This record gives sequence, structure tokens and C-alpha cells, in this order.
Amino acid sequence: MRGMTLIVKQITNLMVPSILLLGIYVVLHGHLTPGGGFAGGVLIAGCFTLLILAYGSENIKSEAKKMQASLTESIGIFLFWFITIIGLLNGTYFFYNIIAKTNPGEPFKLFSAGIIPLCNIAIGIEVGAALFSIFITLAILKVGERL
Amino acid sequence: MIVFILAIILFSIGLYGILVKRNLIKMIIGLVIMEYAINLMLALVGFRKGGIAPIITPEISETATFVDPLPQAIVLTAIVIGLGTTALLVSFAVRIHEKYDTFDVRKIRKLRG
Amino acid sequence: MTTLIILTILMIFGAIVALESKDILSGIISLGIIGFALTINFLLLKAPDLAIVQIIIETLTLIILIAAVLKTTREETVEKFGTQKVLLWAIGIIFIIVFVYSSVRIFNHLPEFGEQSLRMAKVYIDQGLTLTGAGNLVAAVILDFRGYDTLGEATVLFTSVVGVMAVLRKVGRKRS
Repeated sequence: MRGMTLIVKQITNLMVPSILLLGIYVVLHGHLTPGGGFAGGVLIAGCFTLLILAYGSENIKSEAKKMQASLTESIGIFLFWFITIIGLLNGTYFFYNIIAKTNPGEPFKLFSAGIIPLCNIAIGIEVGAALFSIFITLAILKVGERL
Repeated sequence: MIVFILAIILFSIGLYGILVKRNLIKMIIGLVIMEYAINLMLALVGFRKGGIAPIITPEISETATFVDPLPQAIVLTAIVIGLGTTALLVSFAVRIHEKYDTFDVRKIRKLRG
Repeated sequence: MTTLIILTILMIFGAIVALESKDILSGIISLGIIGFALTINFLLLKAPDLAIVQIIIETLTLIILIAAVLKTTREETVEKFGTQKVLLWAIGIIFIIVFVYSSVRIFNHLPEFGEQSLRMAKVYIDQGLTLTGAGNLVAAVILDFRGYDTLGEATVLFTSVVGVMAVLRKVGRKRS
């Protein structure tokens, strides 16, 4: 897929850091402001999709990018399942909010609400990598190609 | 009450798209319209007149009325799963077109290897 | 509230255009109108989380559908007006009339629009901050009170991506 004109490339240069920073902010402050894991994750996926759309997919190593996205998504879902068995390893139930019971922070601060920010980070990584890998699998497809 | 009926009419337009149309892509468009209608319907059920968004901040008084947060949690899950379903359907449609060279469902009947 | 009704009527018109257009690409682009109107509806219904997720996922759906259509074909299938088509139309219209009539009968038992009694969510609103420590009540509901749903959803998204990557890979055998 070819890239776009020079104006689009320059505007993309200016906007991609801001969108990525906004996505990470929405993921980290998921327990204080609207947003959370899913909203921040799709924002991060949209940022990477914008890069591929503006610069074209001819100059990148597409197969390597697909493998990297798939690996990141697997790490994200594995991290989420690992967080659910933290409570089981420490003597309570499965998926128990154990950090909120042993050292709760003050409300409305960044370090509070127990297990919820960690789950938000894992879901953000997983959803972002999943949507980006769907896009890049469809973008580099050549219909009718045989190995 | 009128808004509920409008959401049901949107759902039935999507249903017409799946039942009557013959192009695969038009069927996928009908399914996406049905998903939008259902998400709208669920978000309409949980609304309260004069309510505010369900976020507690330090400067909110204790007696404010909130909008129901439970349907919003359900719709959040449903939107993301809808995208996963659409992506899988589209990949099937691309492979079917590669084999049969058409999107018409009346002609996709023979099993070919 | 009138803005809500006007935007929903706009969504109905957009849906009719999307299904009846002769060119598939214009049908897909008018699917985008429905998604953007739905985002404004979510903002009017005081749900900011849903608006952020809906606008980006709707753009990604547009990108996936356009990529699939541009790689294969753009034309609509040609249909002749025969008896099979009339039969399909009749069955479809009868089913839709029965469906709309019975749902109007059911809506008389729901509470009025805007008078939700909050019977299920009273505990979540009153004690959500003290039990979990989170200010965002929707995040507290999806990750602490109903955490199993989120676990299932993350796994379903992962499975669908595995399915897409398995269907769209290069087939054949390497000859060495």
C-alpha cells in the first residue's frame, strides 16, 4: 500500500507523539477520569495505524512487524491472567482485590484502588496490539498469492 | 418511549439487510447496523433525567443523582467484541471471493477444493 | 432530548442509504455517518467512556471494510426480479412487523425513559468508593464487581485475532 502526500506526512509527524501520550494518560488514570483500559488501548492502536497509513507499507518489514504485534498481544493477555492469580497465591480467592485490602492508598490519588491500575495497563497493551495486528494482516494481504 | 421505538426500527432495518440482501458485504453491513442499534438501546435504558456522568470527584456534593453505571459497563464490552466479530467475517469474505470470484450467495454452493 | 430523536432519525436514513446503494464503497462510507451520530448520542446520554471507544472502533471498522472491498471488487451483484425475490420480501416484511409490534407491547412494562429506578446499582453507587477506592464507577464495575466479564472479553478478542491471522496467511508448501 502506497503512502500519502507530503502534507499528510508532516501533520502526522506533529500529531503522533500527542496521540500516543494521550493514550498512555487515559490508560494510567483509568480509575480517576473517564477512560480506562479499553479506551486507552484503542487510542494507542489508532496512533500506530495512522503511522502505517501515512507512510505506506512498502518501506517497512511487514512480516517482522506482524510477529512483533502478535508477541506483544500475547504478553498482554498473559499478564492479565497472571494478575488474576495473585490473590490465589496469597491465600484468598481468585481475582481478589488484595492490594486494596492490605495497603490502600488515599482516594483520588494515582496510587489507590488496588488491582485496577495494573489490570488497566495489561488490557491497554493487549487491546492496542490486537487491533493493530488485525489492521496490518489485512493491509499486507495480496489476494491470490501462493507461497 | 419514542426513542425506544426508533432504536427498534434501526434494529429491524439491520435485520432486513441480513434476510433479504444477496451480497456478502451487504450482509456484514446489516450485522454492524444491528450491533449499533443494540448498544444504543442498552445505553438508553440506563439514563436518568438530570443525572450526571458516574465519576466521583472531590468537588461533587453527596446528594447528586448519577446515571446508571451498570448498562455502560455492559455496552463497553459489547463494542469491542463487535469489532472482533466484524474482522473475522471480513477475512472469511475475502477468502470466499478469492475462491469463487463473486460475492453472490446464490452462486457459492459448490464445494471446491 | 429532541437532539437525541433527530440524531436517531438521521441514523435510520443513513442505514437505508447504506443498504440500498448500488456501489458498495458508498454504502460503507455512509456506515460512518451512523457511527458518528451514535458517538454524539453517547455523549448526550452522559457516557464518556463509551464515546471514546465507539469513535475509534467505528473508524477502524471503516478501514477494515474499505481495505477488503478495494482488494476484491467494487460492484454490486445484479439481481433479476423473480418470484424468489418477492417471496423473500414478503417473509422479511411480515417478520419485521410482528417483531416491532410485540416489542411495542413489551415497552409498556419498562419504566419511562429517564425514570430508571436504579434498583440493581444502588450498592455500586453508594459504596463503590469505599469498597474499591476507585473514583470512576464504571471502571470499578468492570474490573472489581463484575471482573469475570472483562476476563472473558479479553480472551474472546485474543481468540478472534488468532482466527484472523490463521485465515489470512499464505497457503501452499515451500518447495526446496
